[in-house]
Amino acid sequence: MIDRDQVLHVARLARLELSEEELERMSRELSGILEHVERINELDLEGVEPTAHVVALENVLRSDEPRPSLPVEQALEPAPDPAQGAFRVPSPQA
Amino acid sequence: MSLLELTAAAALRRIRDRELSSEEYFDAYAEAAAGDDLNAYLWVQGRTNEERGTRNEHSDGRFRGAPIAVKDIFCTEGVQTTAGSRILEGYRPPYTATAVRRLAEAGARVLGKTNMDEFAMGSSNENSGYGPVLNPWDRERVPGGSSGGSAAAVAARLAPWAIGTDTGGSIRQPASLCGIVGLKPTYGAISRYGMIAFASSLDQCGPLTRDVTDSALLLGAMEGRDPCDSTSVGIERGVELPSREDLDGLRFGVARDFSHEAEGVEAGVAETFQTTVKTIEGLGGAVEEIELPHADHGLSAYYVLAPAEASANLARYDGVRYGLRTNGKRDLLAMYERTRASGFGAEVKRRIMLGTYALSSGYYEAYYGRAQRVRTKIVEDFARAFERVDFVVTPSSPTVAFKLGERTADPLAMYLSDYFTVPMSLAGIPAISIPAGLAQPGDGGPELPVGFQIAGPAFAESRLLEAAYVLERTIGFDASPGSAS
Repeated sequence: MIDRDQVLHVARLARLELSEEELERMSRELSGILEHVERINELDLEGVEPTAHVVALENVLRSDEPRPSLPVEQALEPAPDPAQGAFRVPSPQA
Repeated sequence: MSLLELTAAAALRRIRDRELSSEEYFDAYAEAAAGDDLNAYLWVQGRTNEERGTRNEHSDGRFRGAPIAVKDIFCTEGVQTTAGSRILEGYRPPYTATAVRRLAEAGARVLGKTNMDEFAMGSSNENSGYGPVLNPWDRERVPGGSSGGSAAAVAARLAPWAIGTDTGGSIRQPASLCGIVGLKPTYGAISRYGMIAFASSLDQCGPLTRDVTDSALLLGAMEGRDPCDSTSVGIERGVELPSREDLDGLRFGVARDFSHEAEGVEAGVAETFQTTVKTIEGLGGAVEEIELPHADHGLSAYYVLAPAEASANLARYDGVRYGLRTNGKRDLLAMYERTRASGFGAEVKRRIMLGTYALSSGYYEAYYGRAQRVRTKIVEDFARAFERVDFVVTPSSPTVAFKLGERTADPLAMYLSDYFTVPMSLAGIPAISIPAGLAQPGDGGPELPVGFQIAGPAFAESRLLEAAYVLERTIGFDASPGSAS
């Protein structure tokens, strides 16, 4: 069960503004999904190693040679508010 | 036979033999795609003589200028790429995904970008920010998802073939619901560079095609190591075009409780599955009962792992570097929160919340840690099965195509659409869905396509394609959306 306050806390962590209606619905829906997910608690997982990646890979290294990268102008092209060769954002303190 | 009915391989033979020109072939599809009334495409290329952009310097390559539909999750330089999300509306990437670049180098030309569930999160295409895709077999039903636009386009003859991505079933399930072939290769077979990330340890690109041979052709052109994706390793022995005629000596595993007898499987799907298993035996294949004791827990683990990875991957959409910005005049935090609130759809928000919760302090081990351990058990289940059999077979989807709106109110009911496809994704192994027949939906109405899933060990794509090819020829599925009604 995940209550309204928890939903609000998680929404802040996720940088997501939720409406009152969304808060209510999210609390109900997440609780339902987590209930299903918690079926994995039936399993005995003592001593089982976690899997993060399925393909066995050693470190993949390449030689450290300078080469051309994306030009600044091109990288800035899709930005909502480019300025002076950078991404402009509103002040952290309004 | 109409040009649009040909498989890509057959059309390429005609072009090679100068019975068909590459422009004629491309333009026939450009015209068909321009008339798309399924909402399968988000962007369509014009005819070859109208748009300079369709010229391809490699058009003498093995794909001879053939058109291909590309899911809108692949970055295409200068062409809008949205991943089905309003937060990326108008985004024109400065580079092209490796998979698409390789296809272009082989001579293919991008015909259009296909609609999809937002950020590939969904099983019905109803989560697209640009409206749902309709299933060409029955326009009141969904095409499946998340590669629903690609699947519908190929089934409706609006594209000869297409590529999509599969994280938990997003190629195989829509292929099943639209009556075409969908292949999810081994994780690492094809580069993920330029493929907008959903869950990075699971995402894999693959083909959606009319038949198994076309699938092999596309896989062969796309697989390979890429310096831009350090998890890409390619398929060491390459991809052979299938040519086998029987299944002698091949062993197929069926887990009773993870196939026709599983809960929620429609009667028509179960029946088609059992008929196909008998067909395998008739072709000389051995069918053995196996156990996949943890497969039933696949969905639970998946709905922790995939949202957790997604919540991290989607942190980048914050109104700073690309896409939408809302409320840019307020302070920075408000700008982030408003931009994400207005740009993301309901399902994406739900998964970001779920993933953030599962990774948050105090819950990490209980959810994420445990889910990763379940993943290990599923990997071990398949490894044990492949000691006894060459392939594991299941229905591709518990049901045929369902009605629009039927599962949108209940996220869990939607998630269950991927019951049979998620475990293979967690294990990273290749799996293919081929059309096995038609069956009546549980809620009545005309018959719809049923998919049959074959999974094999990691990097055994060539053998998997051989088995699928033999089965495809014997089943002889030749129904199409037009012929059914």
